[in-house]
Amino acid sequence: MNGHIEKKRLDNPPATIKLKIQRREKEGAPVSWETFELTYRRNLNVISALMDVRKNPVTIDGKATTPPVWDMSCLEQVCGICTMVIDDKVRQSCSALIDDLLLESASDTVTLQPMSKFPNVRDLKVDRSKMFDHLKQVNAWIELDGSYNLGPGPHISNDTAQERYAYSRCMTCGCCLEACPQYGDDNYIGPQAIAQARLFNMHPVGQMEIDERLNGLLGEDGIGNCGNAQNCVQVCPMNIPLTRAIYETNRDVTVNALFGWLKK
Amino acid sequence: MANGLKIAIVGGGLAGLAAAMKIAEAGHEVDLISVVPVKRSHSVCAQGGINGAVNTKGEGDSPAKHLDDTVYGGDFLANQLPVKRMTDMAPEIIYLFDRMGVPFSRTREGLLDFRRFGGTLHHRTAFAGASTGQQLLYALDEQVRKWEVAGKVNKYEGWEMLSLVLDDHQVCRGLIAMDLQSLQLKTFKADAVIMATGGPGLIFGKSTNSMTCTGSAVSACYQQGARYANGEFIQVHPTSIPGEDKLRLMSESARGEGGRVWVPKADGDIRSPKDIPESERWYFLEEKYPAYGNLVPRDIATREIFQVCLEGHGVAGENQVYLDLTHIPAEVLTERLGAILEIYEMFVGDDPRFVPMRIFPGVHYSMGGLWVDFEQRTNIPGLFAAGECDYSIHGANRLGANSLVSCVYGGFVAAPSAIDYAKNVERGNTETNGIHDGELKRQQEINDSIITNEGSENQYKLHEEMGKVMTDNVTVVRYNDRLKATDEKLLELQDRFKKISINDSNLWATQAVPHARQFWNMLQLARVITLGALNRNESRGAHYKPEFPDRDDENWLKTTIAEYAEEAPVLSYEPVDVSLVEPRKRDYSKGKAAK
Repeated sequence: MNGHIEKKRLDNPPATIKLKIQRREKEGAPVSWETFELTYRRNLNVISALMDVRKNPVTIDGKATTPPVWDMSCLEQVCGICTMVIDDKVRQSCSALIDDLLLESASDTVTLQPMSKFPNVRDLKVDRSKMFDHLKQVNAWIELDGSYNLGPGPHISNDTAQERYAYSRCMTCGCCLEACPQYGDDNYIGPQAIAQARLFNMHPVGQMEIDERLNGLLGEDGIGNCGNAQNCVQVCPMNIPLTRAIYETNRDVTVNALFGWLKK
Repeated sequence: MANGLKIAIVGGGLAGLAAAMKIAEAGHEVDLISVVPVKRSHSVCAQGGINGAVNTKGEGDSPAKHLDDTVYGGDFLANQLPVKRMTDMAPEIIYLFDRMGVPFSRTREGLLDFRRFGGTLHHRTAFAGASTGQQLLYALDEQVRKWEVAGKVNKYEGWEMLSLVLDDHQVCRGLIAMDLQSLQLKTFKADAVIMATGGPGLIFGKSTNSMTCTGSAVSACYQQGARYANGEFIQVHPTSIPGEDKLRLMSESARGEGGRVWVPKADGDIRSPKDIPESERWYFLEEKYPAYGNLVPRDIATREIFQVCLEGHGVAGENQVYLDLTHIPAEVLTERLGAILEIYEMFVGDDPRFVPMRIFPGVHYSMGGLWVDFEQRTNIPGLFAAGECDYSIHGANRLGANSLVSCVYGGFVAAPSAIDYAKNVERGNTETNGIHDGELKRQQEINDSIITNEGSENQYKLHEEMGKVMTDNVTVVRYNDRLKATDEKLLELQDRFKKISINDSNLWATQAVPHARQFWNMLQLARVITLGALNRNESRGAHYKPEFPDRDDENWLKTTIAEYAEEAPVLSYEPVDVSLVEPRKRDYSKGKAAK
């Protein structure tokens, strides 16, 4: 376990960096670009760079403009809200360190765009309410008799608990949908909802409602639309085994189709 | 829905969702108002776990011991009956989350596993990796989504509460909220309102809180007559990771799992920590507190770390100490602390499994909040509060892993309490419609004046100034002259606020107008915190004054109550319920002092 590698750092940082931001006044309005210059500091992330711009919204050409709008909350990559496309890659802006970005692009410019698969509210802000609707579609919850005191839940092995934990870390950020070539125009429910269905299908009590959950995945926008590009698993910031969830849920669908009549 | 009640809940974190679930389950309707989609609430940031004396480790733990640890850790400032009710309910709460499918870590037998946390000698903390808050919040989010599908819960996500609607008798009849995209205002009529908006960390500029934790809505309630209690008690977490945009939390579970805090014995020793032998390291917490070691309560650990750095013993002479996990096998760390270690690596670049972390205290939690009685009722009829935004439970200092349980407990008590009230209150009539329109108009006028204001001040810079003065003077160590100066500075900022310009010609989804309103409200709470601290001439829990270094039960075993007045908050005091555990001196240098 001594595979510890020291992180690569930017050795000769520039005095200033440039933030190139895609602007849009509101949904449907035309897109434009603005570039801002700010003083480099070590440990700067995209959020603190944006905060700098907000305090002084003047472009590199000296033009006063409106402060860019973006979403942020926890800044610890656990709420998912600050997701955007940074240098062509979808990710959370809080955990995008300027040093790393400059190292990777070998330039002094960082480019910010909103995710493209969701309605663009303004600038870098998008509306992901569709993702929460998808969770409704797959009944992503455990059915309880009531929330009063009925003692502990079932015994579960720690292995199963850990496997479920991996799925349960999904923060509905939308990276998987942004990267998925199949997702768009309501034609496919996408990896996040399938993985959440898997999370509950793996639970001894959740298992009892597996039919309802799989039903949500059998419509026209269902699991059959996965094209197996495997982009989702590459971009997931929580390292959720999304392709495995799709594979295993597909298997459940097949088993149900073959043997479902036995339950009738 | 002839007899159906409508209850508005502000805030969709653990407390708000807990209340929403209970109200929907009882057959009533909920309007749930939240500035962010509820799944993104600040509860996700809680890392270490949730306390409940389930006693599955054969240690003889019990809710009575949990009660004792909580009031002792809180330096006896908490009313004890609600704490007892919470510690009694805690095991059921954990079991309920277990039934909801939370992937808690488990034992060989497949039971819930428990770990140790600060301020106790028992394994009492259930945990799901190191993202327990996220996991518990998701479980409630899922249950509430089910009620949303059933038509019992209406979510208003991306809405911010601006004020309460009060009738002529100061009875709460609903609230006004703003759509954060269109800036449109709307009245929400309700038979009762539950506040569950969390803490006000942003008053300190940088803190471990999410960017939504402004305390703005609670401050609005305060300015409309709600009493605010124990505001001066602000927990500064001993271990956070300093950053440009925020201070990121390094969970207490790192110490719960065996993490050791140390600095090099020689000041300014610049060797890599690996090259500093055991004998040349100063494990100052273990030395001073042999019984609890690194797991002393947060206020103590914070002051010790702060003091060590103040005296120039910090690593490389800077404001930082080592939090060292490298003696624990990497695979054990990955399983039990993976999520938080990833955060450190992501933002600092070092892997804490191999390199000791560098940490420093950061503002973390408000023990103070809206005053509530033992049924979570505020002093305004029809207004309830639960979670971090209420003052009950934690006294002068909160124990680790008690926040999640207190949020759920608060929600579970506020819900039936609000239902009970709503069933018996005289319902609104045409007359009350007038008060909704009147309040809506008043709020619209405030928005209009912010939008049209033209001045030279930048509100984000003002916010920075407030954060700095509050962090410098109203956190770990407090001096009366500096507290006085802080209040003067806050008044100056209040003045300069009137000269801001929002700098945004596009009002669609602008953050400038909401921030301006939040900032004004934060200033009001900042004064409550500062003046409460100035007045309290003793040291207790998180409140420490070198000029008054001891706890003074004779004069100060009482709850601070702040009531709004235009000139300055009016402070008064009420006695603390100490009917269950007799106050005794806190001493963590030995095993716990005998009762």
